[in-house]
This record gives sequence, structure tokens and C-alpha cells, in this order.
Amino acid sequence: MSVVLNAAEIARALRRIAHEILEKNHGSSEVILLGIPTRGVVIAERLAQEILEIEKAEVALGTLDITMFRDDLRMRAPRPLTPTQLPKSGIDAKHVVLVDDVFFSGRTVRAALDALNELGRPKTVQLAVLIDRGHRELPIRADFVGKNIPTAKAESVKVNLVEIDEVDEVKIEGRSM
Amino acid sequence: MNSWLIRNARDLQGKNIELMISNGKVVDKADFVQPYSELDAQGLTVMPGFVDLHTHLREPGREDAETVLTASQAAVAGGYTALSAMPNTLPVADTAGVVEQVYRLGQSHGICDVFPIGAVTVGQSGEQLAELVAMNQSEARVRIFSDDGHCVADPLVMRRALEYVKLFDGVIAQHAQDPRLTENAQMNEGEVSARLGLKGWPAVAEEAIIARDILLAEHVDSRLHICHLTTAGGVELVRQAKLRGVKVTAEVTPHHLLLTDELAATYDATYKVNPPLRTESDVQALRRGLADGTIDIVATDHAPHPQEAKDCEWNAAAFGMIGLETAFSICYLSMVKSGLMSVAELSLRMSSTPAKLARYSDHGELAVGRSANIVLVDLDKSWKVNAETLKSKSKNTPYNGMELPAVVEKTFHNGVLVYDRMNQGQEGV
Amino acid sequence: MRDLLSINDLSKDDALEILDTAVQLAALSDSSNRKFPTLRGRTVVNLFFEDSTRTRISFEAAAKRLSADVINFSAKGSSVSKGESLKDTALTLQAMGADAVIIRHGASGAPAQLARKRWIDGAVINAGDGTHEHPTQALLDAFTIRRHLMQDKGDLAGLKIAIVGDVLHSRVARSNVLLLQKLGAKVFLVAPPTLLPVGVEHWGAQINFSIDEVISECDAVMMLRVQKERMEDLFFPSEREYARNFGLNAARIAAMKGSAIVMHPGPMNRGLEITAEGADSKKSVIVEQVANGVSVRMAVLYLLIGGATSRDLTAQIGEH
Repeated sequence: MSVVLNAAEIARALRRIAHEILEKNHGSSEVILLGIPTRGVVIAERLAQEILEIEKAEVALGTLDITMFRDDLRMRAPRPLTPTQLPKSGIDAKHVVLVDDVFFSGRTVRAALDALNELGRPKTVQLAVLIDRGHRELPIRADFVGKNIPTAKAESVKVNLVEIDEVDEVKIEGRSM
Repeated sequence: MNSWLIRNARDLQGKNIELMISNGKVVDKADFVQPYSELDAQGLTVMPGFVDLHTHLREPGREDAETVLTASQAAVAGGYTALSAMPNTLPVADTAGVVEQVYRLGQSHGICDVFPIGAVTVGQSGEQLAELVAMNQSEARVRIFSDDGHCVADPLVMRRALEYVKLFDGVIAQHAQDPRLTENAQMNEGEVSARLGLKGWPAVAEEAIIARDILLAEHVDSRLHICHLTTAGGVELVRQAKLRGVKVTAEVTPHHLLLTDELAATYDATYKVNPPLRTESDVQALRRGLADGTIDIVATDHAPHPQEAKDCEWNAAAFGMIGLETAFSICYLSMVKSGLMSVAELSLRMSSTPAKLARYSDHGELAVGRSANIVLVDLDKSWKVNAETLKSKSKNTPYNGMELPAVVEKTFHNGVLVYDRMNQGQEGV
Repeated sequence: MRDLLSINDLSKDDALEILDTAVQLAALSDSSNRKFPTLRGRTVVNLFFEDSTRTRISFEAAAKRLSADVINFSAKGSSVSKGESLKDTALTLQAMGADAVIIRHGASGAPAQLARKRWIDGAVINAGDGTHEHPTQALLDAFTIRRHLMQDKGDLAGLKIAIVGDVLHSRVARSNVLLLQKLGAKVFLVAPPTLLPVGVEHWGAQINFSIDEVISECDAVMMLRVQKERMEDLFFPSEREYARNFGLNAARIAAMKGSAIVMHPGPMNRGLEITAEGADSKKSVIVEQVANGVSVRMAVLYLLIGGATSRDLTAQIGEH
């Protein structure tokens, strides 16, 4: 088990992503950050905090539960649903940035796109992830990446965040040394 | 006719005895006819064949469920040598013709005796008395009359029936169930029925009829028999009546000595029976009543039904369970194993008392000069009930898969070995 | 959880999971009226041996919201009325490959038999059986109570809820007594003694013969439908006498707490168990119960057949 990102590195990566989001969308006024539970929600909150510090303006923030849209529902016991919370203004004609912790097969993002489709029609949909570990199974790419970490498929990437896990770090498990 | 020499059997007192059978009777050396077959009954207990006063044989009319032949085969596999055929057949056994037909069927198979019970009222409709004397004077010599399955609810009809059977020393066997209090009733009324949402069958519906009929029998000084007692209150009514000298007798079924209404919680209609399974305290009261003689006899209420009559919604399912082949084991389990009575006392309740009550003179006694209606039982062995291998044509037993004590090994009817567990067959005549 | 036959099948946590899931689904349904693909490819059969348009429609809407294929099998005009047995009907559905069978039946225990005898592999959901249970109605009632009085959160501890009327014949009452008590509420059963089952004292609820004794302290009052035919079976002498003693009228509404709500599983007999003032008062959440029914039934369907089911597992084993 090896730590590939420590607390300071995570903080730097998120600050950079915040800048990139602002740059790409010409500020934060039309942006909505939508965190995908569980850790995507925490990362979205941190990005919003970074943007607040940079821009001195609140960015719209929400959560998007994608459980009902997953394509692997039948492979395991039903998962509990978590709230989907959208800004009051809705997502129509906005730049929606989906936020997740680890970008892997792309199936989560596909489910998120389907879920968004039920909720409105954004102007653009972008993707921000802390870790991209490769092994895509769908033609989907991220717009903002904290760190690319090449992995073997059998390995698992674990993102720990203080708000949930009491520590900030990213680890790879199952790697043979 | 074969002679038998049975050696090394134990009698009900535990003594080693030797039995000789010739010409259908138990004999002494003087009357023993050569040649003979010898049977080593080491480890087996010998007693008079069981006598059932409450059997549904379904023939005529419902031969898909049971026939006189299959019921007879089931009977001897359970150690019974005499059955009493309840009259709720199609047509109802309410005439001399029908009772003679059933009687002759039983005789022609020759496996065990089948004594018909006549209906009290025409068509068991509870309104007009059937021709009781004609049935009594028929070849079937009917002495017991019952509308079983239905209650003789009208007090006037019941009074007349009780009076009328005095003409020939008959007895009315009442199915005690107040019809109004049990309209569409499904199971014992109580905590379980409330929970399951099944319409309740209150104990009082049974007890009210028992109380009334005891008073009627007392008033006209006639013989009353209460079928399948199921409630603690009913036991108490009979106990008090007997203390007063009323000529009342009562029976209990094996299933009411063991099973309770909790079993309905599965909604498995195998447990749907009339009268219904009651509570644990009723079961205990019935056991005590049977032990102290308040309840005179065990009767099976063997009630075969085809699978489709049970494999359906509880409300739509038929009432009843089969019991001939498991009766002795269930009684042995609930009465002897529990320490409430000896095997000898159980034998009285299952053989000699019912035989006396019904005046079946060829049954219920194991003595020189009497008909050789005998059962040999291994009290130390147990067996596992498999509904599929039971002799009864129907498979609606509540004991499927259960391990039961006491194994019926051999049954002799009129000196003929009609059931031998080892050979799984009947020798017949 | 494989089937939903009785509230007794649910632990408190199971029940709360259903309610919490329903909260999320209700929120999603509010923000979009479109379908979720969750049960795409699943077949849900509405097997109704008894007429109940509102329950059937509620389940149908729930299943369709989740993109399930819905087959309505109504006893009317089907082979059931020609004497086909429950077993044969079940085997037919089994051959069609139903993932869930929602059964309404006039006989208590019919859903339990379907499930226990495993005539069908699919999940069995009891949509009301005889005078036994109606678990999804109790769940939607609990959901409605929790929404109004507990802000959609936690259990119902501390609440007092009266169930008034024909408890004896009510599957709604049986399921609600079990569920509301499981969730920590105190339940009063208010009925004439003739309409309470023998053995009701084992249910743990407080029995009252007078609605006026309890109405002022209750947080919710649930009125049960009283069928007029009961009068002929001697359960009460007249409609007038029943309404006077057990009906919810304006005076009784006025005696209720300010925050308390009035519920009814429907269909109502206006003028018998509830007056127009009762049914249409501001305290009435009767219409809302209907909407909540869809969310709760979606939650039940999702939790029973949204994930891997025993059918899926059988299929996977079959492939190897």
C-alpha cells in the first residue's frame, strides 16, 4: 500500500483545478459544481471554497445522486440513495462541472450524464476529478484532473478526505511492491 | 386358514408371552391347528388392534381422495383393525342401502373391518331424521349416528335423535359446532387469528353445543358421544357431566393432542382442520382429560383430501388431515413419552374402550377365544414420516418429515397378517 | 429482503431505509417528471384478484416511473374467475418471467403462500390480502406522518396516533399497528368492541371505545373505512349511531391539536366514518397520502428488485 498524494499535494491540485475551471468558464457566475456522492461532494465543496477565495464570489454548488442511473445495479445489493440537491436556479443553460474523486471506467460519469439529462439542459457539462487512474471503458475524458496515476486494473485507488476519513491522502491498494 | 405362533412378544404388562392363532382366533394349545407359521416378535409389544370410531373413507363419491381399500390399507399400516366410516359421502350414508354398500366393500377387501356410521338426518341437512332403525337393522348393523362435518344444531332434532336411538342402544356422535358462531370461520379465534386476519372459530361455539347436548342427553337419559373435543372448556363440561352420571363419552384426535393454532401462521392449509387446532393450554387440557379418562377414546378424524384442495388459499382450502398411519405414534409421543399415561392405558383408549363403546365385539381384547385382531409395535424404534410413501391415497399429513417414536410392525386382522412393515404389503385373503 | 408480505418481515432499520429511500425518490420526482431507467428490463406484474383501482394505479405508476414493464393481471375476465387456481396463475406468471408480483387478494395469506411455496421466483409484494395486511399502505401512512410531524427524519418516537373504526376487518389497521409501533409511536385503537378482534390485547396498542377520550392528545388520526354491510352482520346497530360515536366531525376536528393531521386510506364513506368537514379540513392529508403512495412503492420496488435479485443470481449460476 503506497501513498501517492499527501494532504499538501491534494490541496495544491484542487487549487489548480479551481483556477482552471474559472479560466475555462470565464469566471464563476455561470458555473455549477455538482459533486457525485460520496467523496465527489466533499471535493466539490473544497473547490467551491477555493473559488470563493480566488474570486470573492460564491459559486453554485449541488450534489447529484446517480444510483438510479447506474448500469451495474443488478450486480449487487441495492445501494442506498443519497440526496440530489440542485441550486434553486436549476441547471438549464449553465456550465455544469461534475466532480468526482477517482475517474476509472467512466461508467459513473455516464450515469451522471443520464441523470443530468432528466434534470435539465445545461449549456456544457464538464468533468473534474482528483485522480485519473485510466482503464476507461467508455469514450469519456476529464476536463480537469488533479493527478494522473497509472495503475494496474487489479489495484484500487483509495481517496481519503478529512471530512469523512479523518486524513487527506490518496493511496493505492493491492499493488505488488 | 393359516395358523400363527407368535413367540417372544411382550404384552402390555411387559411380560413375555406366546400367542397361538388358528381359524382367525386366539387359541390355546387344544385348538391350535397345524401347520403354522412362526413369528419371532423379539422386542415387539403386542396389543389388540386399534379401533377408530371416526374415519372419512370418501367412498362413495370422492374416490379421488380415498377409497375403502386405500383407507383400509392405511388403517392396518397404522395398527387399526376396525374403522368407522363417517357418513359424509356422496351420496350421504343416510339409508340402509348406502351403509350396506360401504360395509360390504370393507368386508370384500378383507383387510380390516369397516363399520359404517349412519347420518342422523337426511342428507345431513339437520332437519329430518334419517331412517335410523333401518340402518341399524341392515347388514351393517349401524349403532353410531353422526352428521359429522355438520352439527345437529337444531335442539329439537338433537333431542329426538337422542331419544330415538334408545330403541336399539344406539348413540349419537355430535360434531359440536354452533353454525352461526362459526360462519365462514377459518381457525381458532384468539391471538393468532387476530394477527393473521383469518376469521375466528371461538371455543365457545364448540362448548355451547356440548353443554346443550349434555343437558339434553341427561334430560332424555340417552347416550351421547362428543366427537373430537378440542377445548379446555369442553373437557371440563364432559368431566362435570360424567360426575353427574350423564351417559356422555368423548373422543380426541391425535392432532389436537400435539398441534396448536400457531401453525396457521404459515398459511399452509395442511393445518386447516375442523374443529380447528387450538392453543397450547387446550392441548394440555386435552392430554390431561385423556389421561384421567374424562376423554374416553382417541379417534383419528382421518380426513383425506386431494392435493388441489390444500394447495390453495387458506380460505378456499378443505378442512381436515389424514391420521390413520400416524395416530399411534402421535399419541405415544404426546401421552406416553410425556409421562401422562402408560402404553397399557393408551391401548385402552385406542382399542378396547372404543370397541366397547361401539359394541364391536370382535375387537379390543386380546384373549383366548377372541378374534385375532392384533397389532405388534416396536416402542423403541422411531420412523420418519414421508407423505409420499403413506398408504393413504391423499397426502395431507401435518407430520411430513417429522421423526416419530413407535413403529407399527405387524397387524393381524382375524388371524391374517394384513400388514408387515418388513414386507410392505398385505397378504390379503 | 426478498418479499414484502407483512410488516413483520421488516426490521425497524428496513422500514426506515424504505422511508428514507422514498424521501429521495419523492424529491427526485418533484424536480423531474421523467422516468428513471432503474428497472429497465424488469417485469412487474400487478396480480389483482380484487378490485382496487387506486392501489393498482399507484403501483403501476411507481413501476413505470422506474421504467419497469408492467403487466396488469386482473381477476375480472381472466381465467381466475373460471376456477383457475392461485397456483396455476402463479405458474403462468412464472413462465412469463415476472421479477416482481404485486398481489391483491381477498384471502388472507395468499401472498404468503405464493412466496412460501415458491411457485414464482420473483419478489412477492403484498398489496392487501383479505383482512390480514397491507404493508405498503402502512409505509405510505408512516411516510406521510413523518413528513408532516418529523421533517422526514428518523422514527416516530413520541407521536400518538389513533386508528379509528373497523379494526376487525382492516388490513390497513393491522399493518399500521405493527409499523407505527415498530417506529416508536404510541397507537390507540378506537372502535366499538364488536369491531375489535378477539386477541387484540396482544397487539400492544391501547384500546379505547371512545374517540373523544383520545382525540385531543393525538398527533394523527387515521380513519378506517366502514362498510355499510357490516351493519347487517350486527357489528353496529345503525349508520347514524356509528357516525355519532366514531365518526370524525367538525367538533372532533376542533378538539384536535393544532399540528395534528387527519388521514384516511380511502375510499371514504363521507357521512359515515368521516364528515365532509373532516375530509376537507386543513388538517386532512388524505390527498397527499395518494401522492406519497407512489414514492413509497417506488422505494419498495427499488429495494426489492433494483439490485441483484435471487433470479439474477440463478441466471448467473445457470450461465456457468
